[in-house]
Amino acid sequence: MITGHRRDSVVLGTAVGIFGVTFGVLATTSGLTVAQACAMSLLVFTGASQFAAVGVIGAGGAAASAIGTALLLAARNGAYALTIGRLLPQRVVGRLVAAQIVIDESTAMALAETDEKAARESFYVTGLAVYVFWNLGTLLGALTGEAIGDPEAWGLDAAFPAGFITFVLPHVSERPGLVAALVGGTIAVIAVPLTPAGAPVLLAVVGSVAGWLVMRRGPQEGATP
Amino acid sequence: MSWAILLVIGAGAYAFKAGGALLGLRFTDSERAQSVLLLLPPALLTALILVWTLDGGERLVLDARLVGVGVGALAAWRKAPFVVVVLLAAGVTAAVRALA
Repeated sequence: MITGHRRDSVVLGTAVGIFGVTFGVLATTSGLTVAQACAMSLLVFTGASQFAAVGVIGAGGAAASAIGTALLLAARNGAYALTIGRLLPQRVVGRLVAAQIVIDESTAMALAETDEKAARESFYVTGLAVYVFWNLGTLLGALTGEAIGDPEAWGLDAAFPAGFITFVLPHVSERPGLVAALVGGTIAVIAVPLTPAGAPVLLAVVGSVAGWLVMRRGPQEGATP
Repeated sequence: MSWAILLVIGAGAYAFKAGGALLGLRFTDSERAQSVLLLLPPALLTALILVWTLDGGERLVLDARLVGVGVGALAAWRKAPFVVVVLLAAGVTAAVRALA
């Protein structure tokens, strides 16, 4: 029986899979072969980076620009891997394999769990579900060359931010987390028109330092009568 | 797209993931690093949510997404399950787009 976070993982995976079809279509219409589209989803496995790279190339942009944009969007996965480090295998080889499925969805789902065992399971189930659906979607889209409708017409682009709100809520119930979220969110919004794609989320790291400063000050404040 | 570009992006994207994962092995002892790391998720995920909702290609836009995500947020706050939040947000956004 599929319950709780496993069901949520499959829901997320399905939504990602529909975007995978769109990616496969966009990739092949932008001049990638079917093999290249599939290789990209298997190797890069970061939706935002892939869409950006294919978009730049499709519009006739330079290789350096495609690479730069894609990597800037992929950089946040490094911060995620650091954050969920305790959930990854302790042995180097296992860690290097698990690293490939460290993405927005698997990280957010894992971190929404308080129990470490549930968090670890949530990370793997979500990461693998998204990996399978994303790659199957890419293959389907690249082979058929037809999107199964426009994901935006179904409002699927709003499904991701809304779903992620449920993952953030447990983190903002106390003041340090709330401050980290407010500062990080504000910085990102201000940065959107000012910086290239990918940078706003990276800059939000400052929010966690702000939250930490509040946490350090917190207990002393409470101690004064 | 050439295979060279594709492989550079693949290697670079993986390097971030692997680099973060390996760095994490050294960080586990420091209490200070741990507490800053625990505060990364609210900062990063909130930023991601807002960028996904408001980004209009290097400028901010207020469109159907904001309505859908707003309704989803309300449902999430009222402790609605994940699936309900996701379907509500998508449905409302699709409806607003269809009406517009």
